[in-house]
Amino acid sequence: MIEIEVRLFATLVKYIPKESDTFKLPDKTTIAGLLAKLNIPEEETKLIFVNGKKEHLEYEVQNRDRVGIFPPVGGG
Amino acid sequence: MERYRRNFNTLSPVEQVILSNSRVAVIGLGGLGGGVVEMLARIGVGTLVLMDGDLFETSNLNRQILATEALVGHSKAGAARDRVRAINTTVQVTAFHNFLDSENADATVRGCDLVIDCLDSIEARFLLEDACRRAEIPLVSGAIAGTLGQVITIFPQDPGLKLIYGDRSSPRADGVEKEVGNLSYTPMFVAAIETSEAVKVLLNRGELLRNRLLIVDLMALSFDLVELT
Repeated sequence: MIEIEVRLFATLVKYIPKESDTFKLPDKTTIAGLLAKLNIPEEETKLIFVNGKKEHLEYEVQNRDRVGIFPPVGGG
Repeated sequence: MERYRRNFNTLSPVEQVILSNSRVAVIGLGGLGGGVVEMLARIGVGTLVLMDGDLFETSNLNRQILATEALVGHSKAGAARDRVRAINTTVQVTAFHNFLDSENADATVRGCDLVIDCLDSIEARFLLEDACRRAEIPLVSGAIAGTLGQVITIFPQDPGLKLIYGDRSSPRADGVEKEVGNLSYTPMFVAAIETSEAVKVLLNRGELLRNRLLIVDLMALSFDLVELT
Protein backbone atom coordinates (compact mmCIF):
# COMPACT_ATOMS: atom_id res chain seq x y z
CA MET A 1 0.00 0.00 0.00
CA ILE A 2 1.05 3.60 -0.55
CA GLU A 3 -0.06 6.88 1.01
CA ILE A 4 -0.69 10.04 -0.95
CA GLU A 5 -2.05 13.54 -0.37
CA VAL A 6 -5.17 14.32 -2.38
CA ARG A 7 -6.24 17.91 -3.06
CA LEU A 8 -9.51 18.71 -4.76
CA PHE A 9 -10.64 22.08 -6.03
CA ALA A 10 -13.95 23.91 -6.33
CA THR A 11 -16.88 21.62 -7.10
CA LEU A 12 -14.65 18.57 -6.69
CA VAL A 13 -14.32 19.14 -2.93
CA LYS A 14 -17.47 17.10 -2.41
CA TYR A 15 -15.41 14.04 -3.31
CA ILE A 16 -12.69 14.69 -0.76
CA PRO A 17 -11.93 11.52 1.19
CA LYS A 18 -11.36 11.34 4.92
CA GLU A 19 -7.66 11.55 5.68
CA SER A 20 -6.97 13.24 2.35
CA ASP A 21 -3.45 14.00 3.63
CA THR A 22 -2.66 10.32 4.04
CA PHE A 23 -4.95 8.60 1.57
CA LYS A 24 -4.11 4.93 1.19
CA LEU A 25 -4.00 3.18 -2.15
CA PRO A 26 -2.77 -0.16 -3.48
CA ASP A 27 0.62 -0.06 -5.19
CA LYS A 28 0.56 0.76 -8.89
CA THR A 29 -2.77 2.60 -8.73
CA THR A 30 -3.03 4.98 -11.65
CA ILE A 31 -4.65 8.41 -11.59
CA ALA A 32 -7.61 6.82 -13.38
CA GLY A 33 -7.79 4.25 -10.60
CA LEU A 34 -7.64 7.01 -7.99
CA LEU A 35 -10.53 8.87 -9.61
CA ALA A 36 -12.55 5.65 -9.66
CA LYS A 37 -11.79 5.01 -6.00
CA LEU A 38 -12.99 8.51 -5.11
CA ASN A 39 -16.04 8.15 -7.36
CA ILE A 40 -15.03 11.23 -9.33
CA PRO A 41 -16.40 11.18 -12.89
CA GLU A 42 -13.46 11.72 -15.25
CA GLU A 43 -15.39 14.31 -17.24
CA GLU A 44 -15.55 16.58 -14.15
CA THR A 45 -11.76 16.83 -14.05
CA LYS A 46 -9.57 18.64 -16.52
CA LEU A 47 -6.11 18.93 -15.06
CA ILE A 48 -4.36 16.45 -12.81
CA PHE A 49 -1.05 17.46 -11.28
CA VAL A 50 1.33 15.48 -9.13
CA ASN A 51 4.04 17.20 -7.11
CA GLY A 52 3.49 20.35 -9.14
CA LYS A 53 3.60 18.74 -12.56
CA LYS A 54 0.81 17.86 -14.97
CA GLU A 55 0.27 14.14 -15.29
CA HIS A 56 -2.02 11.94 -17.35
CA LEU A 57 -4.53 9.37 -16.24
CA GLU A 58 -2.11 6.49 -16.80
CA TYR A 59 0.42 7.86 -14.32
CA GLU A 60 1.08 5.40 -11.50
CA VAL A 61 0.94 7.19 -8.18
CA GLN A 62 3.95 6.84 -5.89
CA ASN A 63 4.19 6.91 -2.11
CA ARG A 64 3.90 10.47 -0.72
CA ASP A 65 2.79 11.96 -4.03
CA ARG A 66 0.79 15.18 -3.72
CA VAL A 67 -2.02 14.85 -6.23
CA GLY A 68 -4.13 17.82 -7.29
CA ILE A 69 -7.37 17.30 -9.21
CA PHE A 70 -8.63 20.43 -10.94
CA PRO A 71 -11.94 21.05 -12.73
CA PRO A 72 -12.58 23.24 -15.79
CA VAL A 73 -12.52 26.91 -14.79
CA GLY A 74 -13.69 29.37 -17.40
CA GLY A 75 -15.22 32.38 -15.69
CA GLY A 76 -14.24 35.96 -16.41
CA MET B 1 6.00 62.15 -16.88
CA GLU B 2 4.56 63.29 -13.57
CA ARG B 3 1.70 60.88 -14.16
CA TYR B 4 4.06 57.92 -14.07
CA ARG B 5 6.46 59.21 -11.43
CA ARG B 6 5.47 56.43 -9.05
CA ASN B 7 6.23 53.77 -11.63
CA PHE B 8 9.90 54.62 -11.16
CA ASN B 9 12.33 53.14 -10.49
CA THR B 10 10.63 49.77 -10.61
CA LEU B 11 10.16 50.70 -14.24
CA SER B 12 12.76 52.76 -16.08
CA PRO B 13 11.91 55.73 -18.31
CA VAL B 14 12.89 53.60 -21.31
CA GLU B 15 10.45 50.91 -20.20
CA GLN B 16 7.75 53.50 -19.70
CA VAL B 17 8.20 54.50 -23.34
CA ILE B 18 8.00 50.86 -24.42
CA LEU B 19 4.67 50.56 -22.63
CA SER B 20 3.37 53.74 -24.21
CA ASN B 21 4.32 52.37 -27.64
CA SER B 22 2.55 49.05 -26.96
CA ARG B 23 -0.80 47.97 -28.32
CA VAL B 24 -2.75 45.50 -26.20
CA ALA B 25 -6.13 43.91 -26.80
CA VAL B 26 -8.36 43.02 -23.83
CA ILE B 27 -11.10 40.58 -24.80
CA GLY B 28 -13.90 40.41 -22.26
CA LEU B 29 -14.71 43.43 -20.09
CA GLY B 30 -16.40 41.84 -17.10
CA GLY B 31 -14.78 40.97 -13.80
CA LEU B 32 -11.35 40.20 -15.21
CA GLY B 33 -11.40 42.61 -18.11
CA GLY B 34 -12.54 45.59 -16.09
CA GLY B 35 -9.66 45.11 -13.68
CA VAL B 36 -7.10 44.54 -16.45
CA VAL B 37 -8.22 47.62 -18.38
CA GLU B 38 -7.99 49.76 -15.23
CA MET B 39 -4.47 48.62 -14.48
CA LEU B 40 -3.14 48.71 -18.06
CA ALA B 41 -4.46 52.25 -18.50
CA ARG B 42 -2.91 53.39 -15.23
CA ILE B 43 0.49 51.85 -15.88
CA GLY B 44 0.56 53.54 -19.29
CA VAL B 45 0.01 51.01 -22.08
CA GLY B 46 -0.35 53.40 -24.99
CA THR B 47 -3.03 51.73 -27.10
CA LEU B 48 -5.89 49.56 -25.88
CA VAL B 49 -8.26 47.57 -28.07
CA LEU B 50 -11.23 46.46 -26.02
CA MET B 51 -14.01 44.04 -26.90
CA ASP B 52 -17.20 42.83 -25.26
CA GLY B 53 -20.71 42.49 -26.65
CA ASP B 54 -22.42 42.45 -23.26
CA LEU B 55 -24.57 44.93 -21.41
CA PHE B 56 -24.27 45.29 -17.65
CA GLU B 57 -26.71 43.29 -15.54
CA THR B 58 -27.55 43.77 -11.88
CA SER B 59 -25.75 40.54 -11.00
CA ASN B 60 -22.52 42.05 -12.31
CA LEU B 61 -22.48 44.55 -9.43
CA ASN B 62 -21.02 42.05 -6.98
CA ARG B 63 -17.65 41.90 -8.74
CA GLN B 64 -17.22 43.86 -11.97
CA ILE B 65 -15.33 47.03 -11.36
CA LEU B 66 -16.76 48.79 -14.39
CA ALA B 67 -20.32 48.02 -13.29
CA THR B 68 -22.22 50.77 -11.49
CA GLU B 69 -25.95 50.89 -10.73
CA ALA B 70 -26.32 53.69 -13.25
CA LEU B 71 -24.74 51.55 -15.97
CA VAL B 72 -27.04 48.52 -15.68
CA GLY B 73 -28.36 47.96 -19.19
CA HIS B 74 -25.46 49.85 -20.76
CA SER B 75 -22.58 48.58 -22.87
CA LYS B 76 -19.49 47.23 -21.12
CA ALA B 77 -17.36 48.31 -24.07
CA GLY B 78 -18.63 51.87 -23.80
CA ALA B 79 -18.04 51.92 -20.05
CA ALA B 80 -14.51 50.59 -20.47
CA ARG B 81 -13.69 53.21 -23.08
CA ASP B 82 -15.08 55.97 -20.85
CA ARG B 83 -13.15 54.70 -17.84
CA VAL B 84 -9.85 54.73 -19.77
CA ARG B 85 -10.54 58.27 -20.93
CA ALA B 86 -11.33 59.33 -17.39
CA ILE B 87 -8.08 58.02 -15.90
CA ASN B 88 -5.56 58.41 -18.72
CA THR B 89 -6.21 60.60 -21.71
CA THR B 90 -2.80 59.72 -23.14
CA VAL B 91 -4.03 56.19 -23.91
CA GLN B 92 -5.56 55.59 -27.36
CA VAL B 93 -8.58 53.41 -26.79
CA THR B 94 -10.90 51.68 -29.22
CA ALA B 95 -13.79 49.69 -27.82
CA PHE B 96 -15.87 47.21 -29.81
CA HIS B 97 -19.38 46.39 -28.61
CA ASN B 98 -19.16 42.89 -30.13
CA PHE B 99 -18.66 39.35 -28.99
CA LEU B 100 -15.51 37.68 -30.24
CA ASP B 101 -16.28 35.24 -33.03
CA SER B 102 -14.57 33.50 -35.93
CA GLU B 103 -15.43 36.42 -38.23
CA ASN B 104 -13.86 39.20 -36.17
CA ALA B 105 -11.13 37.50 -34.15
CA ASP B 106 -8.27 37.91 -36.62
CA ALA B 107 -9.04 41.56 -37.30
CA THR B 108 -9.38 42.29 -33.58
CA VAL B 109 -5.94 41.02 -32.62
CA ARG B 110 -4.14 42.20 -35.74
CA GLY B 111 -1.31 44.59 -35.02
CA CYS B 112 -1.35 43.97 -31.27
CA ASP B 113 1.76 43.25 -29.27
CA LEU B 114 -0.19 41.19 -26.79
CA VAL B 115 -3.70 39.96 -26.10
CA ILE B 116 -5.32 39.43 -22.71
CA ASP B 117 -8.01 36.76 -22.41
CA CYS B 118 -10.67 37.90 -19.97
CA LEU B 119 -13.44 35.85 -21.54
CA ASP B 120 -16.08 33.87 -19.70
CA SER B 121 -16.37 30.73 -21.79
CA ILE B 122 -13.90 27.97 -22.51
CA GLU B 123 -14.96 27.73 -26.16
CA ALA B 124 -14.30 31.41 -26.77
CA ARG B 125 -10.88 31.12 -25.15
CA PHE B 126 -9.84 28.51 -27.71
CA LEU B 127 -11.12 30.73 -30.51
CA LEU B 128 -9.02 33.61 -29.21
CA GLU B 129 -5.98 31.40 -28.75
CA ASP B 130 -6.25 30.25 -32.38
CA ALA B 131 -6.39 33.84 -33.60
CA CYS B 132 -3.37 34.79 -31.51
CA ARG B 133 -1.45 31.78 -32.78
CA ARG B 134 -2.23 32.70 -36.43
CA ALA B 135 -1.12 36.26 -35.78
CA GLU B 136 1.90 35.09 -33.78
CA ILE B 137 0.95 37.21 -30.79
CA PRO B 138 1.43 36.18 -27.16
CA LEU B 139 -1.69 35.67 -25.07
CA VAL B 140 -2.20 36.00 -21.32
CA SER B 141 -5.16 33.88 -20.28
CA GLY B 142 -6.92 34.06 -16.93
CA ALA B 143 -10.03 32.38 -15.59
CA ILE B 144 -11.95 32.38 -12.31
CA ALA B 145 -14.56 30.46 -10.37
CA GLY B 146 -15.65 31.19 -6.81
CA THR B 147 -12.41 31.88 -4.93
CA LEU B 148 -10.33 30.01 -7.49
CA GLY B 149 -8.22 31.58 -10.19
CA GLN B 150 -5.81 30.46 -12.86
CA VAL B 151 -3.38 32.29 -15.17
CA ILE B 152 -1.12 31.17 -17.99
CA THR B 153 0.93 33.07 -20.58
CA ILE B 154 0.90 31.44 -24.01
CA PHE B 155 3.40 32.22 -26.73
CA PRO B 156 2.44 31.17 -30.28
CA GLN B 157 4.73 28.14 -30.27
CA ASP B 158 3.47 26.87 -26.89
CA PRO B 159 0.90 24.05 -26.66
CA GLY B 160 -1.40 26.39 -24.73
CA LEU B 161 -4.91 25.86 -23.45
CA LYS B 162 -5.22 22.20 -24.42
CA LEU B 163 -2.81 21.45 -21.59
CA ILE B 164 -5.40 22.81 -19.18
CA TYR B 165 -8.73 21.94 -20.77
CA GLY B 166 -7.85 18.95 -22.91
CA ASP B 167 -7.65 18.94 -26.68
CA ARG B 168 -10.40 19.51 -29.17
CA SER B 169 -11.51 15.91 -29.14
CA SER B 170 -12.32 16.00 -25.43
CA PRO B 171 -15.76 17.20 -24.40
CA ARG B 172 -15.78 20.92 -23.85
CA ALA B 173 -17.31 21.20 -20.44
CA ASP B 174 -18.84 24.25 -18.89
CA GLY B 175 -16.64 25.79 -16.28
CA VAL B 176 -17.49 25.26 -12.64
CA GLU B 177 -18.09 29.00 -12.26
CA LYS B 178 -21.65 28.23 -13.37
CA GLU B 179 -22.10 26.40 -10.10
CA VAL B 180 -19.91 28.33 -7.65
CA GLY B 181 -20.29 31.91 -8.90
CA ASN B 182 -17.53 34.51 -8.45
CA LEU B 183 -16.78 36.66 -5.42
CA SER B 184 -15.78 40.31 -5.66
CA TYR B 185 -12.10 39.80 -4.93
CA THR B 186 -11.35 36.81 -7.16
CA PRO B 187 -11.49 38.66 -10.49
CA MET B 188 -9.45 41.57 -9.13
CA PHE B 189 -6.76 39.23 -7.86
CA VAL B 190 -6.50 37.31 -11.13
CA ALA B 191 -6.71 40.53 -13.18
CA ALA B 192 -3.69 41.82 -11.27
CA ILE B 193 -1.72 38.69 -12.14
CA GLU B 194 -2.77 38.95 -15.79
CA THR B 195 -1.69 42.60 -15.86
CA SER B 196 1.62 41.70 -14.26
CA GLU B 197 2.22 39.00 -16.89
CA ALA B 198 1.32 41.49 -19.61
CA VAL B 199 3.82 44.06 -18.40
CA LYS B 200 6.53 41.42 -18.19
CA VAL B 201 5.85 40.23 -21.74
CA LEU B 202 5.89 43.78 -23.10
CA LEU B 203 9.09 44.64 -21.28
CA ASN B 204 10.73 41.23 -21.82
CA ARG B 205 11.50 41.09 -18.16
CA GLY B 206 10.79 38.90 -15.15
CA GLU B 207 9.51 35.35 -14.71
CA LEU B 208 6.57 34.38 -16.89
CA LEU B 209 3.87 31.77 -16.48
CA ARG B 210 4.88 30.10 -19.74
CA ASN B 211 3.92 26.43 -19.96
CA ARG B 212 2.96 26.78 -16.30
CA LEU B 213 -0.42 27.36 -14.77
CA LEU B 214 -0.71 29.42 -11.62
CA ILE B 215 -3.63 28.04 -9.61
CA VAL B 216 -4.76 30.16 -6.70
CA ASP B 217 -7.40 29.08 -4.21
CA LEU B 218 -7.98 32.03 -1.90
CA MET B 219 -10.29 30.11 0.42
CA ALA B 220 -7.81 27.28 0.98
CA LEU B 221 -4.91 29.78 0.74
CA SER B 222 -3.11 27.55 -1.71
CA PHE B 223 -0.88 28.73 -4.54
CA ASP B 224 0.27 26.14 -7.05
CA LEU B 225 2.61 26.66 -9.95
CA VAL B 226 1.89 23.63 -12.13
CA GLU B 227 4.42 22.68 -14.80
CA LEU B 228 2.37 21.74 -17.83
CA THR B 229 5.06 20.40 -20.16
